[in-house]
Amino acid sequence: MNVLIKFLKRPVASSLLAILLGFAVAAAILATTGFNPFETFGTLFYGALGKPKYITNVIIKATPILLTGVSVAFAFQTGLFNIGAEGQYVLGTICATIVGVTCNFPAPIQIPLVVLSGALGGALLGAFVGFLKARFGIHEVITSIMTNWIMLYLCNFVVSTEAFHKPNSNTALTVNPSSYTMVLPQWKMSDEGIEYLLKVPWLRDILLKTDLNFGFVVAIFVAVLAGILLTRTKLGYELRAVGFNPEAARFTGIGVKRSVVACMLISGGICGLAGALNITGISPHTITTLAAQEGYGFNGLSVAFIAGCSTVGCIPASLLFSGLTYGGMTVQQMMGVPSEIINIMIGVIVFFTALPAMAPKIATWLERRKKARQSIDTDANAGEA
Amino acid sequence: MVTNTGGINDQGFCQLSWEGLKRLRDDKGYVVSYIESKQDADYFTNLDKAIDYGANFVWAIGFAMAEAAYLTARINPDVDVDFGIIDASTNGDQKLTGVLFANEEPSFIVGYIAGRTTKTNKVGFVGGIESDNIYAFEYGYLSGVAYAAHELGKKIDVNSQYAESFTDSAKGRSIAQKMISDGADIVYHAAGSVGIGVIEAAKEAGKFAIGVDMDQSFLAPENVLTSAIKRVDQAIYELTPKLIAKEITGGKDVVLRLRDGDFLGIPEDHHLMPKGVYEDALKISEKIKSGEIVVPASKDGYEKFEKSLA
Repeated sequence: MNVLIKFLKRPVASSLLAILLGFAVAAAILATTGFNPFETFGTLFYGALGKPKYITNVIIKATPILLTGVSVAFAFQTGLFNIGAEGQYVLGTICATIVGVTCNFPAPIQIPLVVLSGALGGALLGAFVGFLKARFGIHEVITSIMTNWIMLYLCNFVVSTEAFHKPNSNTALTVNPSSYTMVLPQWKMSDEGIEYLLKVPWLRDILLKTDLNFGFVVAIFVAVLAGILLTRTKLGYELRAVGFNPEAARFTGIGVKRSVVACMLISGGICGLAGALNITGISPHTITTLAAQEGYGFNGLSVAFIAGCSTVGCIPASLLFSGLTYGGMTVQQMMGVPSEIINIMIGVIVFFTALPAMAPKIATWLERRKKARQSIDTDANAGEA
Repeated sequence: MVTNTGGINDQGFCQLSWEGLKRLRDDKGYVVSYIESKQDADYFTNLDKAIDYGANFVWAIGFAMAEAAYLTARINPDVDVDFGIIDASTNGDQKLTGVLFANEEPSFIVGYIAGRTTKTNKVGFVGGIESDNIYAFEYGYLSGVAYAAHELGKKIDVNSQYAESFTDSAKGRSIAQKMISDGADIVYHAAGSVGIGVIEAAKEAGKFAIGVDMDQSFLAPENVLTSAIKRVDQAIYELTPKLIAKEITGGKDVVLRLRDGDFLGIPEDHHLMPKGVYEDALKISEKIKSGEIVVPASKDGYEKFEKSLA
């Protein structure tokens, strides 16, 4: 009992409890709609982890939402709600595409150039939202929802311009191959590469059938770095102080306005980086006419909240999220379960993680019950005596 | 089959494709399944999942999936699976068959109907994003209108405009409203969801719209004059068994025309057309089938066609 109470008091408990509840609710929904929940979950896990290439794909698909998740978590810890992650991500893809199509340097110059241009785009957009908040007091939620849509239409505009439109398609031109950040991008798609890989099934599965790239390594690095920045540096101290109480922070001499802009600059930059890494790392290596938001930023919000807004916690949270969505595809295919059920499950998990005090409350309740029982015991003992 | 980001409830393309597969399941006992793509990045990985499922044949729905289909066919030379893509050409890979529709032909028929029905001698066309595919709709329609005008011995103006989108129905609405206020009384669209706005605008103004891909009269029963139908479901229903049996070999495009069967055409309902127009339209359809009328699908072809009429 004591171990359980101790565990429930740790922040990770809330997340785990929420995940369990999410699965439980999903199981109930599956059962009522006539699907066997255990079989469905089995298929879900198989679809996410059943083969080395599935695991690889889960990691690849976790990369952008890990970064957008870190971005949201970072902003949240400093008291800002960056719902504009989506737009900053999209601007990252736009900038990376424009630079990647226009420039064609050797890879060691091209890759940093393309990736940093995406990050810069996102950072500037984030800083703009931060500036509006700092200078005019316009709430960042309002402005960043607006910029999300502006970026969506900017993306569609860039796709339709003569300079970047790929004829007879709904995409822009693909970036120059020197920008690719996959493992051995040129060799694996060459005739010799394919011929060689056909003979080595496991390597072929991982290399040829997925877009294995270096993005996740960068993303983990950023997640850890963001955590260190927040907790171990002067800047991080100031940012969090502003988050806790802007008035008190200003009283101690912290530049509140500067902090807001700096935070949004960093947060936006991380989202832009996510966009750029998706362009360089996975096919189709370009932007497409968007009918609706693709959801990389919004999924980042979910990831951040599953992780309890810990930047490092976003690493397992993003893997969970991408495992659920990617494994969900297999559930749909093998069992005909509508993808909406998977979405409901993710939604329920996010919903329960939005109640961060849940696990500690259960811990307190258990403690109280234990104490009550102990006192009854002692009373009883006293009575006997 | 793997859908594009529209998903199987898109009231169009993907939904029809899935209908076709479901009919194969019910009539002929095929094992069928689908995966919906949520993001562009899913196309490639979902096609791969379809292979793992053990499918003999995998359909990629929509031209947006072309690149992913090329890549998937290329890296699976040793797997016993073939691919088909709807609305896009194959790149010549032996494992990949492209299925294309001669969209200019039904467009010609509805153009002819529009030409015969218009009272203001002005009709409109709203396209999605400019591409060879949509040009086929546009110039097929223009030719049909020109054919009717020639038959009636009068001049009919066609106002063509592109929405630069397949999804912005508000834009379709405003374009159609402009066309109607300029005097057009019939507007045809080949613009996906943009067309929903076109049909709404026609309904509000009490004018006619012409639907596309499926019989769209359910959107406005008294205002959708007719529709240029493209039966993706029928194509999948008829082609899948042939492709699996290798009666059709990969690496080539299958172009479905009016004469090939029940793939293209107009709905039977014709209560909004003047008397006799529907019968004449069916005659036009026969003429296209027999090759008496060769419908152009491009600007050059249209200009030549127009000259040949005069």
